[in-house]
Amino acid sequence: MENKESIKVPVMADLASRGETPEYLFWVGCAGAFDDRYKKVARAFARVLNHLDISYAVLGKEESCTGDPARRAGNEMLFQMQALSNISVLDGYGVKKILTICPHCYNIFKNDYPDLGGKYEVVNYTVFIQEQIKKGKLKIDSAKFKNSRITYHDPCYLGRANGIYDAPREILKAIPSSLIEMKRNRNSALCCGAGGGQMFKEAEEGHKEIFIERIEEAIETGADIVATACPFCMTMLTDGIKYKNKEEKMKNYDLAELIVQALDL
Amino acid sequence: MISSIVFAVVLITTIVVFTLKIRSVTRNIKLGKSLEIKDHKPQRWALMARVAIGQLKMTKRPIPAILHLFVYVGFIIVNIEMLEILIDGLTGSHRIFSFIGGSYNAFISAFEIFGIAVMFGCLIFLIRRNVIRLKRFWSKEMTLWPRSDANIILITELFLMSAILTMNATDGILQARAHAHYPETGSFLISGMIQPLYAGISDGGLVFLERFSWWFHIVGVFAFLNYIPYSKHFHVFLAFPNVYYSKLEPKGKMTNMPSITKEIRSMLAGTTEQPDEAGEELGLFGARDVKDFTWKHLMDAFTCTECGRCTSSCPANITGKKLSPRKVVMDLRDRVEYLGKQIKKHGQGFTDDKSLFDRITTEELWACTTCNACTEECPVNIDPLSIILEMRRYLVMEKASAPGELNSIFSNIENNGAPWQFSPEDRLLWAEK
Repeated sequence: MENKESIKVPVMADLASRGETPEYLFWVGCAGAFDDRYKKVARAFARVLNHLDISYAVLGKEESCTGDPARRAGNEMLFQMQALSNISVLDGYGVKKILTICPHCYNIFKNDYPDLGGKYEVVNYTVFIQEQIKKGKLKIDSAKFKNSRITYHDPCYLGRANGIYDAPREILKAIPSSLIEMKRNRNSALCCGAGGGQMFKEAEEGHKEIFIERIEEAIETGADIVATACPFCMTMLTDGIKYKNKEEKMKNYDLAELIVQALDL
Repeated sequence: MISSIVFAVVLITTIVVFTLKIRSVTRNIKLGKSLEIKDHKPQRWALMARVAIGQLKMTKRPIPAILHLFVYVGFIIVNIEMLEILIDGLTGSHRIFSFIGGSYNAFISAFEIFGIAVMFGCLIFLIRRNVIRLKRFWSKEMTLWPRSDANIILITELFLMSAILTMNATDGILQARAHAHYPETGSFLISGMIQPLYAGISDGGLVFLERFSWWFHIVGVFAFLNYIPYSKHFHVFLAFPNVYYSKLEPKGKMTNMPSITKEIRSMLAGTTEQPDEAGEELGLFGARDVKDFTWKHLMDAFTCTECGRCTSSCPANITGKKLSPRKVVMDLRDRVEYLGKQIKKHGQGFTDDKSLFDRITTEELWACTTCNACTEECPVNIDPLSIILEMRRYLVMEKASAPGELNSIFSNIENNGAPWQFSPEDRLLWAEK
């Protein structure tokens, strides 16, 4: 289903050498760069950007971890080293606007970097896409998901952390399909279990994994697609689907992927 | 005359004891680090109006919200009557405001309706806690004392309201019998209905019952007032300042540590510059014990009413992990109270070889997903997450004791700029193939 061709992605250093400054920096994030599943999401969003003819570039090899997992795990020293060095790279290119796909990167740029002098206009891709739809620049009149029942899982770092609940839902409403909510949604949404460094460690002892509790709720809705907007949620919920042997009945896609599929980009 | 003197003594004692306790709690809260919160005043007042006065966050769970509203509004309104009781008590008058005529009856009848609402709320709350045994009131940290504390409050409120009704009912009968000391106000709406219960009692018996109820109520109220600061019920006062001083920024923001920035900058500059000549102390990184938290953390702890909304929405707790945000907050409060007592006894310099880590285990701290469900749920804007994160900072930066897997992502981030072991050279491969 996925378009396998290489994507033309502008790199900041190349643009700078030609004396150009793009409007946006697209911050891909570690998962977008290295996680095999989530690379497809980075590709999908780049296709959307190219489709819309947006002026953007990525840092490529100059990108580095924002320091989020370190900070939430208590390692302030490492976080600040990462942040200060990222800020000097970003400021070196005169970056004003940052587009993020990962909500953890979004949150830390928007809320934590300003204290260290890194002040940017940070835009999450769901808000960006919703605006493009609203402006009429992105039309998704495709019948691809007409018969799909989609449920949306709120990532903690978009939802509760930053109050972004509507943009992702507006995107889903723009794709002809039916949207069903899980019992716990919006500010009551249950975490996937990966935040605060949990993504990178075994869960503490309990009677259940958090991602299983969450995927059971998604399955209960009878949806055939669980839509996510975060690389860690994606890992957790995709694992949940596998664990529950529901791979035939339920797929996990990122919002950007749904758009790319709907538009055949 | 004698009764007025007795009343004055009881009243003064109440005020003195209460003031002393409030001072001691204030001293305890001030054990925390200083923190200036003087920004966004209009926004803070508005927040307090919505969340504390307006009970906004309670509405998420409608049944307890309505019951709590009964008790909250009822208790405030019924206490307007306290003004009259105080004047009567001090001057020896009886129902001094009854001179206003017909509207007096309407006021007291309205107060009685609110009183019934309070009693209804308390009764259902008791059933929810003790008969239905809602899970959030029976989790591990809800040991005998927190459970009893809640019951003591609810039962006391039932007794206080019953006393008012008995007082009003007997008063009404005495009026009807044209007893000299009971000016005509007419029977009140609710207590009028229970008058038949007392109809057969002699004048002397009724006067005794009326006076007994009056004294029982007022002494009960004074005792209750002095019980509050020892109880989860303290939220009736602290909810307001606690919400006022709560975080206004997005929940995703973490507090910055300028001391670390300073250290990094001097490292990068290649100097081994010591902390400012003025002898500015760097202090601990993160929090190990009471004094490493800010006063706002400690106010949070004293404000907690142990309702357990945080814990019942915590993904870690729901799936059986040891973490309970409510326990974290209660542990901090209990530790502050203990230290406060010891400092009172042994002086400011008191230390013991214990810390908050003797109450909160690292297993609890490492179970948190930082999802903010607890902070979202708290009806009085307590921030349990911030306590957890400060303790993590201590564990990692002072003790270097993060779980092994986290240590490896730390070194990955440090060495190759990603939590996984991939080379930065490969950061653009996603766009190819």
